[in-house]
Amino acid sequence: MPTSSQPVTLPDPVRTTLANGLRVVLAPDRSAPVVGVAVHYDIGIRSEPEGRAGFAHLFEHLMFQGSANVAKTQHFTLIQGAGGTLNGSTHLDYTDYYEALPSGALELALYLEADRMRSLRLTEENLANQVEVVSEEIRVNVENRPYGGFPWILLPPVLFTTFPNAHNGYGDFADLQAATVADAEDFFARYYAPGNAVLTVAGDLDPDTTIAAAERHFGELPARDVPPRPSFAEPPPDGERHGLRVDPLAPRPAVAVGYRVPDPLGPLADYVPYVLLGEVLADGDASRLEQRLVQRDRLATDVSAGVGIMGGAFDVRDPTGFVVEARHPADVGVDDLLVALDAELDRVATDGVEAAELARVTARFAARELRATDSVIGRARSLTIFEQQRGRPELLGELAGLAREVPGDAVAAAAAALRAGGRGILELRAGGAG
Amino acid sequence: MSAPARTDTATGPPPRPLPAVTQGPLARLPPSAQDGLATGLSVLAVRRPAVPLVEVRLRVPAAGTASVPLGPATLLAETLLTGTARRSQVELAADLQALGGALGTSVDADRLSIGGSALAEHLGELLDLVAEILTGASYPEREVTGERTRLADRLAVARSQPGRRAREALLGRLYGAHPYARELPEVDEVTDATAEQVRALHADRVRPDGAVLVLVGDLDPDAALQTVSERLGGWAGTGVAPPGVPAPLPSPALPALVVDRPGSVQTTIRLGGPAPQRWDPGYAAAKLANLVFGGYFSSRLVANIRERRGYTYSPRSAIDHGAAASLLTVAADVRTEVTAPAMVEIGYELGLIATLPVPAEELDAARRYAVGALALSTATQAGLASTLAALAPVGLGLPFLAEHPRDLLAATIEEVAVAARGLLAPAGLSAVLLGDASAVAGDVAAVTPVELA
Repeated sequence: MPTSSQPVTLPDPVRTTLANGLRVVLAPDRSAPVVGVAVHYDIGIRSEPEGRAGFAHLFEHLMFQGSANVAKTQHFTLIQGAGGTLNGSTHLDYTDYYEALPSGALELALYLEADRMRSLRLTEENLANQVEVVSEEIRVNVENRPYGGFPWILLPPVLFTTFPNAHNGYGDFADLQAATVADAEDFFARYYAPGNAVLTVAGDLDPDTTIAAAERHFGELPARDVPPRPSFAEPPPDGERHGLRVDPLAPRPAVAVGYRVPDPLGPLADYVPYVLLGEVLADGDASRLEQRLVQRDRLATDVSAGVGIMGGAFDVRDPTGFVVEARHPADVGVDDLLVALDAELDRVATDGVEAAELARVTARFAARELRATDSVIGRARSLTIFEQQRGRPELLGELAGLAREVPGDAVAAAAAALRAGGRGILELRAGGAG
Repeated sequence: MSAPARTDTATGPPPRPLPAVTQGPLARLPPSAQDGLATGLSVLAVRRPAVPLVEVRLRVPAAGTASVPLGPATLLAETLLTGTARRSQVELAADLQALGGALGTSVDADRLSIGGSALAEHLGELLDLVAEILTGASYPEREVTGERTRLADRLAVARSQPGRRAREALLGRLYGAHPYARELPEVDEVTDATAEQVRALHADRVRPDGAVLVLVGDLDPDAALQTVSERLGGWAGTGVAPPGVPAPLPSPALPALVVDRPGSVQTTIRLGGPAPQRWDPGYAAAKLANLVFGGYFSSRLVANIRERRGYTYSPRSAIDHGAAASLLTVAADVRTEVTAPAMVEIGYELGLIATLPVPAEELDAARRYAVGALALSTATQAGLASTLAALAPVGLGLPFLAEHPRDLLAATIEEVAVAARGLLAPAGLSAVLLGDASAVAGDVAAVTPVELA
């Protein structure tokens, strides 16, 4: 069998920085004739101003509305007409744009990304149209749907107090309606500079020709000032904070508990144990909370736990949270769930995690990380985040090894720290029929 | 901000020519091997070594709900992994995790599905666990009763989603008494099911004759087949093989069904109708017609009701395949006030493509997208495994991945016009609108005949 039990690492990516500050990461893999292209801008929900909640996401939509050489909707038709797929997404600390294409269309993708980075075209008509589209996005994903925004929109205001950390990244209709073309122009000028972006290409590529192509398309963009990144730090909650949401559409209650964790960009040895704690608590039927809450005590129908409030553990800066979420039957009280959760955290903190349990949890973690990098676009996006936030794209290939080095005591210490710190408890009460 | 380095004149910079797209050759098929075991299990192993994992997909048609009661079959799928004679639910899950593995189960009218992945070096051990489950799932009383209760709660949650409710109404409209009408059981069908029933169902229907196993990943295909025959050779079935899925009767075109959801801020619009099967001669042309209409972002439907009118976020159409019939669905969630105008625009785009040929340039873009998207979706281990697991049980396999792109490239404008008429003519589709009936029914009735649920 062509396999080995050696730890697997991905080949180190090629890195360079253009004169205008655009960072470029290349990860060749010629096993299939496809490439993934990702451009991340270091601007996310946390940076949008008060009175403009939801603006980073609205702006993401505007990035598909045309640029100097690309008409409205043409960005989509050109990529898809070349056999590719594409999308964009807005996160707490970044906004990303990405496409996967046959490798013969790589140059087209670079052209399109460069054209909108150079010369985004913003019009009143397109802004009004996308305000309506985003409003429908909010209706379909939040307002018209049971459990809409649970817990990613509803938990932050319980766990955090400052506007950047606590506000709703989808925004509200009043803020969206108030957005102007001038706002968008300012936002573009301020945050969408080459030096505030990372370009990654993964897949069927030759590094030298791809760097030359990146130079050709992006190289002449002028360097622009990059805004200093503010700190969003705030003190952790002192004790317990409570939030209540009565969901008129939900047929069953739910609860989400948020804790604070160390700075993700601090020493990884201090942070990764929290990631593994999530796996110990809630990955699969053998996990602690599945056994206790779902199988044994029948307090919950479904449970999940892990680092990250919106997205994962490795695509966010400080502050972020560790979130435990449970859906539960109507006749189970939140207090009963919290008592059981505390008991399981105490058990990890006091008795630790045995070698066999840690080994299986890290094996699963490693396999899941590998699986996520199998697609060229998954690989490109992850490399981009590691470059942008840590300056180390190769960390993507090192995660499994890092997880394997975490001692059980560190996971126990993480559980103890959660127990010792404050937390935010969001209760969702079911107001729906059924 | 620093000043721009380029000198923009009053007329602006000259346009930049679009770079040429190089058309590569169609993707080559990966190395593979296939075999049939004496027990009737078909096995397909495909080498794709990009990451050191292996994907496993098992499809068991005999346990599909077309010929098995929906309640017990659903409970079987939910409790298949809750224990064997040798391992408890927790031991099973822990042993899987140690392989870097995970398994999941589901059931539909066509088949019971078991799927998962593991580190490639542990393929043999993964198959051992799969064999143990297939031959020795014990359905412990406590786990079954616990899961039954949870399943009832999960069904209530699933049915609170507007998309699920609208789909159920649409499938009922299209398929009547045929098993394709129902994807989820009613709560009492689950609460009435017993562990004893589930065990009997497993003994009778979780059998290898007619079943298909697909393995994709960092493996040697011939060695993988050998491993399968060693590990799964002991899985056998007894008794008469069950019947296949009967073809649904054609549904007459019915008035649009308005299902009341008081206070709903959006109307969940769904239209549906029959579509060609993958092996039908007009399939490639129908797939292209669907793409042009609403099957991708660059479609007419998106350009109209999203990018031009702002009625909705994610309008779309799709063709889904069952063993006995394929289904076209058109979907749009629109704010309540524009429900009737949205129906007008959807009907306009349907009518247009059903009656006028698609311009060559628009069709060619859809062709290139269809070929490229297939290549992308089969460029990962998981994507390739799932695609092959959908194809293999209906007699299509890897060759389809080579032939279908050629069919897509060869379909003519005339063939697409014929396919569009059959697939998308609005007179042949049934509509369901889930929303605030008091706010929308009157306006919609001015556009199309309406019936209140």
